Amino acid sequence: MIETKTRTLVANYSDLPVRAGYAVTIAGSEIALFKVTNGKVFGIENRSPHPKGGVLTEGLVSGEYVFCPVYDWKISLANGKVQAPDEGQVKTYQVEVEADNVYIINKG
Amino acid sequence: MKKLVMIGNGMAGVRTIEEILNISKEPLEITIFGQEPHPNYNRIKLSNILQGDTNFEEIIINPLDWYKENNIQLFTGESVTKIDVEAKKVISDQGREVEYDDLIIATGSNSFMLPIPGADKMGVTGFRDIKDCEMMIKSAKQYKKAVVIGGGLLGLEAARGLLNLGMKVEVVHLMPSLMERQLDPIASSLLKAELEAQGMRFLMEKETIEIIGDERVAGLRFKDGSHIPADLVVMAIGIKSNTMVAKDSGIFVNRGIVVNDYMETSAPSVYAVGECAEHREIVYGLVAPLYEQGKVLAERICGIETAPYEGSVTGTQLKVAGVDLYSAGEIFEDGSTKSIMVYNEYEGIYKRVLVRNNRIVGIVLYGDTKDSTRLFRMLSKNEDITGVSIFESQCSAEGGSGDIASMPNDELVCGCNGVTKGAIVEAIKAQGLTTLDQVSHCTNAGRSCGRCKPMVNDILAYTLGDQFDADAAQKTSICGCTTISREELIAEIKEKGLTSVKEVMNVLEWKNEEGCTKCRPAINYYLGMVHMDEYKDDRDSRLVNEKMHANIQKDGTYSVVPRMYGGVTTAADLKKIAEIAEKYEVPLVKLTGGQRIGLFGVKKEDLPGMWKELDMPSGYAYGKTLRTVKTCVGAQFCRYGTQDSMALGIELEKKFERLDTPHKVKMGVSACPRNCSEAGIKDIGFVGIDGGWEIYVAGNGGVDLRAGDLLATVKTEADVMEMTGAYMQYYRETANYLERTSKWVERVGLEHVKEVLASEETRKALNERMDQTLKKYIEPWNEAIQSESIKDKYYAVHTVKAGE
Repeated sequence: MIETKTRTLVANYSDLPVRAGYAVTIAGSEIALFKVTNGKVFGIENRSPHPKGGVLTEGLVSGEYVFCPVYDWKISLANGKVQAPDEGQVKTYQVEVEADNVYIINKG
Repeated sequence: MKKLVMIGNGMAGVRTIEEILNISKEPLEITIFGQEPHPNYNRIKLSNILQGDTNFEEIIINPLDWYKENNIQLFTGESVTKIDVEAKKVISDQGREVEYDDLIIATGSNSFMLPIPGADKMGVTGFRDIKDCEMMIKSAKQYKKAVVIGGGLLGLEAARGLLNLGMKVEVVHLMPSLMERQLDPIASSLLKAELEAQGMRFLMEKETIEIIGDERVAGLRFKDGSHIPADLVVMAIGIKSNTMVAKDSGIFVNRGIVVNDYMETSAPSVYAVGECAEHREIVYGLVAPLYEQGKVLAERICGIETAPYEGSVTGTQLKVAGVDLYSAGEIFEDGSTKSIMVYNEYEGIYKRVLVRNNRIVGIVLYGDTKDSTRLFRMLSKNEDITGVSIFESQCSAEGGSGDIASMPNDELVCGCNGVTKGAIVEAIKAQGLTTLDQVSHCTNAGRSCGRCKPMVNDILAYTLGDQFDADAAQKTSICGCTTISREELIAEIKEKGLTSVKEVMNVLEWKNEEGCTKCRPAINYYLGMVHMDEYKDDRDSRLVNEKMHANIQKDGTYSVVPRMYGGVTTAADLKKIAEIAEKYEVPLVKLTGGQRIGLFGVKKEDLPGMWKELDMPSGYAYGKTLRTVKTCVGAQFCRYGTQDSMALGIELEKKFERLDTPHKVKMGVSACPRNCSEAGIKDIGFVGIDGGWEIYVAGNGGVDLRAGDLLATVKTEADVMEMTGAYMQYYRETANYLERTSKWVERVGLEHVKEVLASEETRKALNERMDQTLKKYIEPWNEAIQSESIKDKYYAVHTVKAGE
């Protein structure tokens, strides 16, 4: 089976601030990119899984987690899971870094 | 959206809603009607309130904010009078009609009041809610002699509370021994002797037939013809399910509202939970089974497959100072049972376990209840006890951890919240917990009645082994990332010369290397407080509002509130604000509570542009800092004004603006005691009097409404500035991060603060440190306008076209 992958260039790696969010919009969906201390880049939907929503880019980043800025939920950047005692999950995006280019991978 | 309505706002019902919020896959429109004018509080702790151990604030489980945060429409002080099960709607006593898809009846129970003549007299009460408590506390101030009818659990707790309130208390009981349904005669007599030693008096085997007196109760008459005087009568005979609304609406009711194993009543889509519900002919009155019911009901409503609720075996304990008592299951021997007993009359310890066919069927423990959870588990699981030593704790001098090691993982530790030993151990290991606080926070264990806390602590000690630090376990650490307290942190910062948030977390071995939203803002504050003007603020350790220098709104937009010193503005500034509001199509322009103009609903990327055009300083309406100084018009224009309040307000605001403080600080300046600027409910309030100023501190107009206390009366504006600077700096240096001045003053004591500030030398030193700190601040909006990197990092929006 052949898998098609769309790769979208979304940012320059050197432009991404460390331990802070960077919002990009692709085809109407807003994605929050986070470059963490170890240099990895994660992409998640820029929307808190809290029922009342809100953005995530402005959240405090700690290791591979971000805290929802409005409701203080702790969310894993790696798998999008909300940490206990809260529950929920945010959509994650596959990110590829090549030279100074940061891509989002869409499997289609 | 699916509409869920709940009648009743008590522990069982609200716990059910919590469970639903946790597991529901779709958003619900939730409406709750509560007859009492309060949010959900911990009814178990009412006796603690009466006994003076706690206050109402502390027993609130779900504060009003919780309802707001979860989008729950709450109507307090309003009861539902009719359910229209055909049209699927409820109608309240205020004529409000609300439709439902699912309806939960959680109306709880009332005190059972004896139907005897005089029961409606003033001074006769049940013991069921905060209103009853308040009435008893009030009566105790005026009257001397209380009679409690009922020598059961509730009655004895009420009686102990009334003793604490300084009343003479007599307990009237129909039966020959106290708590006869939970205790055997030996335990009962031990209990009676203990309570008599505490000052309680008992009238046993007395049946009350009349309450005598005119309007107010004067005494009780008994069936045997005798009578006693009384100023207050508390009826604590039992509870009666509150089923009226169900009955009136044609729902099947027996003793309680009859439900099946899924908490469904006879009407479709109508459920009942808690003390109002009757399940398999039992109405439960203890919290653990009610929470079990709530869990099943929540899953049912959310359409999740669930095991049916099949009833609960319950244990009881008495919450009375100086009495340790536990009972569960059967009490009396019946020929087929055998007893295992320990009776140490000298130390007042009595334990008896009833055994039938090698299985425990009843437990009574008095004086030492350490075995209760283990025995209760054996009873509820129907374990074969052949060869098992029943009372372990008497022979194991080691205590604590030995018991824990032998405790199976599925043993219930916190009965109220259904938390097992395994769940606690797992949370400790997985999340690296080291304090009791953290364990409670992560697992809910110990958050209702608190009785299991010693056991949780033992589990913590056992799980951590050598790493367990008994002192550390009890203290309040800054957050879950560390065991260090505020005092230790500040001492370490000073001693080791730590200068950045990262360094603090690193050197002090934070468990989460990069901290969390609790510790990072706190560390950043403490560093700035210690190092004054030498510290470079860590912007990314601040939470969103302070980081962005604007208040985030729930839709992700921000608000802009420019500084207007003392609430004084000009026509030119107003025009400018108006034009900018139009240009940026600001959805809401509003005067704020602090005499400022707020522009709400601004897009993030518009912030720097707006700030630039405004060309006004940030009003810091978002910060842990000086917010606003409200002023009245004062002597410049007002005929009553004795002082120039506007000038002083402006001077204060110009001096202290931007200063980091543990929490927000609000000020008010009034030119006379009429106090138009409401200075009496500000963190610091100034009131002009003839020839000087009064300085009030620790006022609060928010959640904990508190009138300010007079700190000092001074003569000149210079004196005001000097005293205020010293006071603020002392607050900055000694308060916990996020502790408002009102809480801080209550903690350290007003007299203490006065003493410190009485010394001119101390004031001088505090003011020097204040002034040095103030040197470092620059205007943040202007800084953002000037700096491309700040604009790019915090305020830019990046759009990429697909396929680029």
